[in-house]
Amino acid sequence: MTVTRRTFMKVSAAGIAASSVGALGFTGAGDALAASVRPFKLERATETRSTCPYCSVSCGVLVYTMGDKSKNAKAEVVHIEGDPDNPVNRGTLCPRGAASLDFVHSPLRVKYPMHRKPGSNKFERVTWDFALDRIATLLKEDRDKNFIAKNRDGVTVNRWETTGIFATSAQTNEAGYLTYKIMRGLGMVPIETQARI
Amino acid sequence: MTNSWNDIKNADVVLIMGGNAAEAHPCGFKWVTEAKSTHGAKLIVVDPRFTRSAAVADMYAPLRPGTDIAFLMGVINYLLVNDKIHRDYVKAFTNATYLVREGFKFEDGLFTGYDPARRDYTDRSQWEYQFDDQGMARVDETMTSPNCVMSLLKAHAARYTPEMVERITGTPKDKFLKVCEMLATTANGERSMTCLYALGWTQHTVGAQNIRCMAMIQLLLGNMGVPGGGVNALRGHANVQGITDIGLLSTSTPGYLVLPNERETTLADYLKTRAFKPIRPNQTSFWQNYNKFFVSQQKAFFGAAATAENDFAFDYLPKFGTPFDTMKIIDAMAAGQMNGLICQGLNILLAGPDKQKTQRGLAKLKFLVVADPIETETARFFENHGEFHNVDPKTIQTEVIQLPVSVYVEEDGSFTNSSRVITWHWKAADGPGESRSDIDIMTGIYRRLKAKYAKDGGAFPDPVMNLTWNYSNPASPAADEVLKEINGYVLQDVTDPADPSRVLLRAGQQLPSFAMMTADGKTAGGCWIYTGCYTDGGNMTKRRDASDPTGLGVHGNWGFSWPANRRVLYNRASADADGKPWSERKKYVFWNGTRWTGADVPDYGPTVAPNRAAGPFIMNPEGAGRLYVRGAMREGPFPEHYEPMDAYIANPLHPKVSSSPVARIFAADKDSFGKPDKFPIVATTYRLTEHFHYWTKAVHGNAVMQPELFVEVGERLAKAKGVKNGDWVEISSQRGAIKAKAVVTKRLRPIKVDGKDCDVVGLPIHYGFVGLTKKGYPTNVITPSVGDASVNTPEYKAFLVDVKKTSAPATATV
Amino acid sequence: MATLQSLDIRRRSASTEAPPQIRKGGVEVAKLIDVSKCIGCKACQTACLTWNDLREPVGVTDGVYDNPRDLTPTSWTVMKFAEVETGPDLEWLIRKDGCMHCDDPGCLKACPAPGAIVQYTNGIVDFVSENCIGCGYCVKGCPFNVPRISKLDRKAYKCTLCSDRVAVGQAPACAKACPTQAIYFGSKEDMKVHAEGRIADLKSRGYKNAGLYDPPGVGGTHVMYVLHHADKPMLYSGLPENPRISPLVGVWKGVMKPLSLAAIAFAGAFGFLHYITKGPNEVAESDERKAAELTGGRGA
Repeated sequence: MTVTRRTFMKVSAAGIAASSVGALGFTGAGDALAASVRPFKLERATETRSTCPYCSVSCGVLVYTMGDKSKNAKAEVVHIEGDPDNPVNRGTLCPRGAASLDFVHSPLRVKYPMHRKPGSNKFERVTWDFALDRIATLLKEDRDKNFIAKNRDGVTVNRWETTGIFATSAQTNEAGYLTYKIMRGLGMVPIETQARI
Repeated sequence: MTNSWNDIKNADVVLIMGGNAAEAHPCGFKWVTEAKSTHGAKLIVVDPRFTRSAAVADMYAPLRPGTDIAFLMGVINYLLVNDKIHRDYVKAFTNATYLVREGFKFEDGLFTGYDPARRDYTDRSQWEYQFDDQGMARVDETMTSPNCVMSLLKAHAARYTPEMVERITGTPKDKFLKVCEMLATTANGERSMTCLYALGWTQHTVGAQNIRCMAMIQLLLGNMGVPGGGVNALRGHANVQGITDIGLLSTSTPGYLVLPNERETTLADYLKTRAFKPIRPNQTSFWQNYNKFFVSQQKAFFGAAATAENDFAFDYLPKFGTPFDTMKIIDAMAAGQMNGLICQGLNILLAGPDKQKTQRGLAKLKFLVVADPIETETARFFENHGEFHNVDPKTIQTEVIQLPVSVYVEEDGSFTNSSRVITWHWKAADGPGESRSDIDIMTGIYRRLKAKYAKDGGAFPDPVMNLTWNYSNPASPAADEVLKEINGYVLQDVTDPADPSRVLLRAGQQLPSFAMMTADGKTAGGCWIYTGCYTDGGNMTKRRDASDPTGLGVHGNWGFSWPANRRVLYNRASADADGKPWSERKKYVFWNGTRWTGADVPDYGPTVAPNRAAGPFIMNPEGAGRLYVRGAMREGPFPEHYEPMDAYIANPLHPKVSSSPVARIFAADKDSFGKPDKFPIVATTYRLTEHFHYWTKAVHGNAVMQPELFVEVGERLAKAKGVKNGDWVEISSQRGAIKAKAVVTKRLRPIKVDGKDCDVVGLPIHYGFVGLTKKGYPTNVITPSVGDASVNTPEYKAFLVDVKKTSAPATATV
Repeated sequence: MATLQSLDIRRRSASTEAPPQIRKGGVEVAKLIDVSKCIGCKACQTACLTWNDLREPVGVTDGVYDNPRDLTPTSWTVMKFAEVETGPDLEWLIRKDGCMHCDDPGCLKACPAPGAIVQYTNGIVDFVSENCIGCGYCVKGCPFNVPRISKLDRKAYKCTLCSDRVAVGQAPACAKACPTQAIYFGSKEDMKVHAEGRIADLKSRGYKNAGLYDPPGVGGTHVMYVLHHADKPMLYSGLPENPRISPLVGVWKGVMKPLSLAAIAFAGAFGFLHYITKGPNEVAESDERKAAELTGGRGA
């Protein structure tokens, strides 16, 4: 559900009418305000409902993006703050959540697939095709070589123990489910996540 | 959490122990603040450090890291000796009345059946209940028989006198007794206490038993299943609850089902031990439905390839021999037994318990794949970062592939919070550069593998080839479609067993509830506990109606709470044996004469009358809350204090069995533990409110708030070591040494332990050699590599160190 | 500037014209900071940085939790941590520091630049950077040591009480973010009523001197504190017991301003600034009265 800024303002306006516009002290201010007050920067930004990525309070957040989702406007996250509707956080955020815009735009975001050759001291940029194909090749080589169809007692065990995955606890349930299905489908036993540690 | 974030506001007493809710979960902690300001609730904080939770507490008590069980068993002793238990609740709803076998003993720190050679209780037969010839557990309603659980518990707890508690924990006796009194005010149906804990309890060799000990206290006080009660794990990452629910653990499958092991060769074999039979008259054991959940899951995974004839593709799943938990994976890597590792957003070089060992392991791999939105130490483990990470890239032969991943604002999908509430989030923008979602990355890997197996064949390709992949866009499945599969759907019409002409479910329909799952392959569902989250009514996780009709913090139309949209677990226990609320004040779920009703979805058969005497804890075959767990936990049926593996003192209760006799110790680590003669100071690690794990060191705002690694040192220790605020200090353990800035504080006062003045220092974990924060040593250079016996969580919270003043690191950028 | 026509402006620095006063109905706002509920999480700090597009440089740890150590031109609010032993038990008193939005603002009175500091009818005291000449008199005029001059553009900065948010009916960013409702925002009247409830709760928990900090010496403030020890505000990292405007502000306004405005504004500002910022911060009541007279009471 993407609530456009316009819809949101309508809702807000109704809310204010129901309480008191005057309470905020700018009665009749009109355009004159603009001269000294910084313009409200989210005026027409697009508002999207999301969930904070950090701790398991999973606060509701409002993500504001530039542009109205029209084809020629690149959506860019410009602000994040708490979702007042979320019954748990009721619009509040902690120091991590309140700074999460800096997470989205961190200079340490990885932007391209990278590859480090054995013995090298650096990453080199590669294509997605190269990266995914290389991963599939490495996984298949190891699986085909080390797959245990039967254990020493001759019991069918169909397991693969020489490659493992540490799965992220920051991914969606849907991504986690596919990760599980694929890795267990390969017979992988070493599957772990942050929950353990 | 057994209860919910919002439910905390219903508590009269809040105990924060084994956690630091104000700092780690500020927005959840608001409900503590709410309880305090709306009805005068009291907040108690028990922690080695005076934390920011303690700053707003009514009562703070210090204790030595790793001695929580001594404290909590002391509480149990206090409650039993002073008869401060909710007697009716205990008698009706717990196993206090059950009789245990005569052979059960606890002597010199060991329960019956210990095998020192295997460091395990190999014979747990004497830990069993006494059964009658119908297979029903025998009970003593008077709770006076010497072999009933209540009597055994009294005897076990009697050693934990307030004096003994003080001697072990260092908590001053008057403070300890004050805490006991405050807890005891809730031993009735009028008032309730909630307990909030986190990694401060789990990260010990006795972690699981810390929590179990608290659960016992809550049962004795009658605080389970009631509003403002419960034992509440405040979990870590935004979706660590969901990912645990989905089963991404080495021996799990989704919905807390268990991966078959190599002794379970057929489906029937496997199911035999899973579907617990009730062991009390009239009881229903929920796990009788295990086969329905498991078969539906296999159908979701493998579709038409899972048939009754092939045991529903039972052989497609791996059968584990050794469980590969995190510490085992690291151990196997370091031993050169593994070739590949995929780190999907988990920075294992910092998150594992022994950085040096993890580094050796990563360096022995043939390949490492890191899929993470941000740069991590794990991805850059081959780089030299001076004294913070001194390695030679040329000697590291691991091939590394780093993949850019999108973050939450860049994708659709659901997260499950600590209250078990699943909510949807919507994509707001594309990620930077060429970043892709986890779904697309895993899909990309899978489709290439499948193509290679189709073309070239290889080891057992059947499950790879037959994996259900019927998504509208197979190259990029929509999260919405995947959630439909997790919820489950009907493959073939399901008819009423009593009247086959009556169709209960039609093929193609979404499953409305896990109660409708079948064991004959007619239904599919990826994770039974999530069933109901995506019905024919649509995606329930998108619901955004925040109304709370009763005012009890039950927002039933907000998202979907598993199981069955229930917000407080075991909530039938909020009413007495006759189904009447314990009090008007704590009225929650009750019997109205014909059915269970109230604020929440009843955790009980909706029309099972109270006079059938079935217990409220329907996941247990007893139906009762367990004060005694028989063989369910590796350390024994009752919690017992054992010293951390780096032991500050010999255990005063049983010096010969000082530390946990069953803690997880790898052969490679057996000489890695420190002794107090060389390392005379107790250390603990923790999180700061300004940071989240190892992510926010890449976030500017948070780097500003806490820019650099430090060590908290009490004033007395600082003086003794000649250390002033801001000085560089070296902290060394048996594993290694790090440098950190000193924060000299009044908040860490020395405590008296077994006659000695015990100093405690604290180290935050968030720093490393990649980030916007100052480069620093990873704290896990000095933490011990030893795991909890039951769940293999490393002991990050209690270990021994020495500290001394030192000079700035050579590469410090001050 | 159109601001003289704005009916929202109650006062404007270095201007003698009375603002138009015909429109009525505005209510004074206040931010109530309940120190007893504050967990020092710094959500207010990061929310402030994010909302106001501020880029505080990453500092170092030097032995305390306070980061940044003090207010800066790019950190308009900071948490101040004080470990205090008033009785047998330790107290960790954590106070959010920043502009108090005095009803009688010393900064505004001291400011020689026309329209660089304004006070709206709702009580918010705002710096209008375009008009700021960077002289630093506001620093001297402030009894709470709040404004900071940027080395980058030589302009003064401080908390705006998120006037841009308040103008469109939103609470300040820090207030909205605060996880524990230690920051609460609304009309000053409502905040006082809310504070009474909080003070009663604190008294019931044994804090017999709990009270509201709304210092009369500056005409009351639009940022108020609930304190457990209202009798000892200095415990909270030096919160002034009885803040007042420096008498030098009065001297300046009454005598020197007409003579030397232009010279100071464009040439001599820094020499004078040095002198004026080294002066005393506490003043006697008589001086204060005199200052009030010289500045024409509440008028600019």
